[in-house]
Amino acid sequence: MYLIPSLIMFGCGVYGFITRKNMIAILISLELMLNSVDINFVVFNRFLYPEQLDGMFFALFAIAIAAAETAVAIAIIINVYRVAKKVDISEITKLKF
Amino acid sequence: MDSVGNMIIYAIAAIAIIACSILAVTTKKILRSATYLLFALLATAMFYFQMDYEFLGAVQIAVYAGGIVVLFVFAIMLTHKPGKDAEPLTSHKRWLGIGAAVAGAVVCAVALFSYGKFCCAKLLPGANFDIKEIGTALLDTDKFGYLLPFEAISILLLACIIGGVVIARRR
Repeated sequence: MYLIPSLIMFGCGVYGFITRKNMIAILISLELMLNSVDINFVVFNRFLYPEQLDGMFFALFAIAIAAAETAVAIAIIINVYRVAKKVDISEITKLKF
Repeated sequence: MDSVGNMIIYAIAAIAIIACSILAVTTKKILRSATYLLFALLATAMFYFQMDYEFLGAVQIAVYAGGIVVLFVFAIMLTHKPGKDAEPLTSHKRWLGIGAAVAGAVVCAVALFSYGKFCCAKLLPGANFDIKEIGTALLDTDKFGYLLPFEAISILLLACIIGGVVIARRR
């Protein structure tokens, strides 16, 4: 029963990742997806093997990697904004072809 | 999961997660989107606390709610003019997004419900881990030790710091 909110959260993340045009909004959708995967790790650990800690450590390392990835991505976004003065992915097309 | 208080806490957290994730991807203003993300992450921490993973819930609040959301708010403040709405979506892209999300969710839901009673299983009283066991397992080299990922993630964070400095440096 913990998996149903996680499933809906992942669906929202996919929808936002495809439809949003702002780079920071895309990153927010990515965080939603990563977070729902963390919930899944913890729920499967807690319900199937409650005497072990493996799922908890997977979620812990996933949180750390998500933090590192977000920091680098936001540094890139701010740098792109400094060069191009916009964060809209439909207008930043210099790297496309 | 049998007592009424647990059910109420579960219902509050589940409704908060569902509503805040839907609002976070559909709202027009980007700062509101970051705020809804914060509430979704806090409700996730409530789930962790309810499943007796207090350390993981604390890490979730400290790293996600305290670090990542603040980073998002700083980035939004640096790159956006206040009060500007997002551009309206083209219907082609909206239907593509809804189609992809619903298709993925339906496949996962069919798999989840066909597996049967797992989705409404009772929460067994698990072994209550204290912080000493978590620390020992994190720095152990045994079968269930996690020393190698711990060191690998420290190198990842170092690379991340250097990358952030190199990207943000003015030329």
